[in-house]
Amino acid sequence: MNKNLVIVGGGPAGLACAISAYDEGERDILILEREPELGGILNQCIHNGFGLHTFKEELTGPEYAYRYVKGVEERGIEYKTEATVIDVNAQKQVTYVSKRDGLVTIDAKAVVLCCGCRERPRGAINIAGMRGSGIFSAGTAQKLVNVEGLSVGKNVVILGSGDIGLIMARRMTFEGANVKAVVELMPYSSGLNRNIVQCLNDFDIPLLFSHTVVQVHGKGRLCGVTIAQVDENLRPKMDTAKYIECDTLLLSVGLLPENELAKNAGVVLSSVTGGGIVDDSMMTSQEGIFVCGNVLHVHDLVDFVSQESALAGQRAVQYIRNGAPNCEKITIETKNGIRYCVPSILKKDGDFTSALSFKMRVSNVFKKVTLTVFADGVVVLAKKRPIVTPGEMENVTFTPKQIEQLKTASSIQVSLEGVEK
Amino acid sequence: MKELICISCPMGCHLQVEGESVENIVVSGNGCVRGIIYAKNEITAPKRMVCGTVKINGATQPVVSVKTKEPIPKEKIFDCLAELNNTTIEAPVSVGDVAIVNVCNTGVDVVVTKGLSKR
Amino acid sequence: MRDIIIIGGGVVGCAVARELSRYKASILLLEKGNDVAVGASKANSGIVHGGHDAVNGSKKAYFNVMGNKMFDQLSKELDFPFVRNGSLVLNFGEEGNKTLCELLERGVKNGVEGLEILTGDQVRVMEPNVSQEVVSALYIPTGGIVSPYEMTIAYAENASVNGVEFKFNQTVQSVKPTSNGFDVVCGENTYQAKFVINCAGIFSDEINNMVCQKKIKIVPRKGDYVLLDNAYSNICSKTLFQLPDAMGKGILVTPTAHGNILVGPTALDIDDKEDVDTTAKQLDKAYTIATRSVPNLPRRAIITQFAGLRAHGDQGDFVIGESQQKGFYNCACIESPGLTSAPAIAVHVAGEVAEKLSLTKKEDFVATRKGIPQFSRLDNESRQRLIKENPLFGKIVCRCEMVTEAEIVMAINRPVGAKDLDGIKRRTRSGMGRCQAGFCTPRLVEILQRELNVQAGEVTKCGGDSVIVVGRTK
Repeated sequence: MNKNLVIVGGGPAGLACAISAYDEGERDILILEREPELGGILNQCIHNGFGLHTFKEELTGPEYAYRYVKGVEERGIEYKTEATVIDVNAQKQVTYVSKRDGLVTIDAKAVVLCCGCRERPRGAINIAGMRGSGIFSAGTAQKLVNVEGLSVGKNVVILGSGDIGLIMARRMTFEGANVKAVVELMPYSSGLNRNIVQCLNDFDIPLLFSHTVVQVHGKGRLCGVTIAQVDENLRPKMDTAKYIECDTLLLSVGLLPENELAKNAGVVLSSVTGGGIVDDSMMTSQEGIFVCGNVLHVHDLVDFVSQESALAGQRAVQYIRNGAPNCEKITIETKNGIRYCVPSILKKDGDFTSALSFKMRVSNVFKKVTLTVFADGVVVLAKKRPIVTPGEMENVTFTPKQIEQLKTASSIQVSLEGVEK
Repeated sequence: MKELICISCPMGCHLQVEGESVENIVVSGNGCVRGIIYAKNEITAPKRMVCGTVKINGATQPVVSVKTKEPIPKEKIFDCLAELNNTTIEAPVSVGDVAIVNVCNTGVDVVVTKGLSKR
Repeated sequence: MRDIIIIGGGVVGCAVARELSRYKASILLLEKGNDVAVGASKANSGIVHGGHDAVNGSKKAYFNVMGNKMFDQLSKELDFPFVRNGSLVLNFGEEGNKTLCELLERGVKNGVEGLEILTGDQVRVMEPNVSQEVVSALYIPTGGIVSPYEMTIAYAENASVNGVEFKFNQTVQSVKPTSNGFDVVCGENTYQAKFVINCAGIFSDEINNMVCQKKIKIVPRKGDYVLLDNAYSNICSKTLFQLPDAMGKGILVTPTAHGNILVGPTALDIDDKEDVDTTAKQLDKAYTIATRSVPNLPRRAIITQFAGLRAHGDQGDFVIGESQQKGFYNCACIESPGLTSAPAIAVHVAGEVAEKLSLTKKEDFVATRKGIPQFSRLDNESRQRLIKENPLFGKIVCRCEMVTEAEIVMAINRPVGAKDLDGIKRRTRSGMGRCQAGFCTPRLVEILQRELNVQAGEVTKCGGDSVIVVGRTK
């Protein structure tokens, strides 16, 4: 089978990518989704707070997904559900399996990987102790509770105060569970303040900073956890150890881009984000293979996933039409508290004249700093920020004049200026 | 005096609030004017959206997600949840369908946030 | 009254069951857990030892060397993962050369073939990631790796097909000699048999002591392990031991039969025979000592940890054969190299028992067993064919290990089938990958409900009270 554009994943990234590719004029599009319905993880995120940037209103996850699913259906874009892609190769051949179609290999002109991310499991954070049940990654619990209507436990401790952890503290409370504490390794939360207030403070759930779970107890089902304070090197101080009785431990300890397909296709990955290294058109090191959304880097707001993916869809269509411009590339360097920047490569003859923005994350909490972009050592853009945190993605958008400056530069650097040592 | 964390922006200013009615509230600790507005709302009439699930018969999944169409008074959250637990609706449903009219006499309806077809 | 009761569904019990199922006899296997291979048989290094380490003339040496030789054929017959990848005992200093020579000599006396002492450089040609500090090593080309739980399951399935009855969640409380055999009491059930074979692993001392004058004592010796993502399988291809010490063969770094890298075990004597909790200290120790063999062992590659208990007996050797109580057989104190020895122990014990009971061989014994097709390991043509035959092969349930719904349904419905999430995991690898069952858990709960016709709240991770969910939210 041949297809111009194959989009792997029908979550927020895939849907936005497909709509934008269609609106750019492409008609030969196929979305492959492994779940029984489109929408991805949004289907289990039943809380509100999605879409403020895009729709200027607060939607729940399923409502946000619905707007895009409607968009796909109205345009008549082809999609397949319960179709799992098992391989993508450098020749842009996409192989999927489904109960209906069996095993199918598609030759695509362009492939956009919108596979999302997965949760860091218990094993990856080395929590010692029992091996029985009662320990869930927060997203797994979210799916069981919100979609399957199943109760995962009654007395709950949550490790990690990222947004999923906070949201699940409220959800578990709403379903009648007693959330005893949210335990956070760092001295700050990577979740939004709004979630700390509305998900924890509203229900008097304690949030313990600089604490971690050091041991889990029980034979079959979890019966308790030992928590302890950590020192400045994040090592547990065992003299502060405290036992909390609980039957459930939820882990919200980070998300990792799900990049197995990209890896098989030979895409070069970033050791910082775990996602592909992309240029300003979201194209990876493999020509014609694009990535966007949480498989590229983990976002905190779905609005930005949609935005980024719409751009990828548009650029993929331009690539199908014109091929890749054969031009010089500049690597964007990051320093001074900037952990990473997406894109990390600029094509000098790139298609970004109309719109170019950098998305980045910082490595710590900094107050009163200036996000600064340099071209050959000269300041192109400086954005003052009263506070930046690792939990909140930073975003700068360039004017056409600034873009010209970047295009003619031989080095580009992104830096946090004014950081107190 | 009451302590609040302003949620208007990521700064998360710790607000100290004196007084209980809109006219006599004095806010300190705020970094900008949004802190004062936030504190006034939060002290006089705190409201929250409630999102949850209700049982659904005949659909592909046993529960369907719902929300209050508007924020409801904070103190009614658990009454509202109790009503969600006592509600069962029938498939099919579409986004925006009303699941509960005027939940807990708040004047606010509970609506379905996900379309589900009949199994 | 049955002919034989086997107590314990670990690798030894299941192997004995399979070897006895060649004969016309009524055989019952009683297992304390919810599945076979839930004790030491699921939590060990999975090494098929060459046999260089055991004391000359010991049962350990005898059965190890004999067992090792059986694996090529056995793994084909019963279709379980086995690779003869070779082992190396690494030596880091001049003083260790003497120990290596002793090991070599001991190995030769035990009948181990192909042993060779290599220089550090020769080792690093074989294994480029091995430390520069390694000065020499003993090379054991006959060493291998096996999936220990799949081997046990294969034995159990084959035994079941050949008529052995399996009962689970049966904790043996007493074994009483009667006029013509034994009463074996498990809670409200009493089972009777002419012969009893004690294969109770870590509890084999207690079972022995219920019957025999000659008491034995087992001290649980705990070993913690860490497992790395199979994306890092190129760290080493051979099993890398360090020089053995009083507590055992030390910390190893080895590929598993499925291409993960396994690090461990530590060795700590404890009191509680049910304590398989990992501890931060032991896990850290395992990792730290292992970095002596392979300095750049990536911590970020760790996907899970587990611990197992060695049945370390006070007799210094395996306790095998008929006890002073006629008809009561022991396969007790089976610690390392127990996994390697199990096939040989089973043939030996089954032979003796058959002779004593004057059993005759079945004509219709089924010697081979075919495992569940592994979708992930097939080529696309075979995959296509499977999906046509059974569309459930087209539904991927575990993304990390590419396990399909068809494989999971088969795992549940086979003889001695899976009854819980861990049982599915050991039979199909669903949940064994880098997300550690994050995505497949809700699907597995659903499939188990459907196939076993139970409520969601009855689905467990590993039997007992290990429920996944506690009921419906509303």
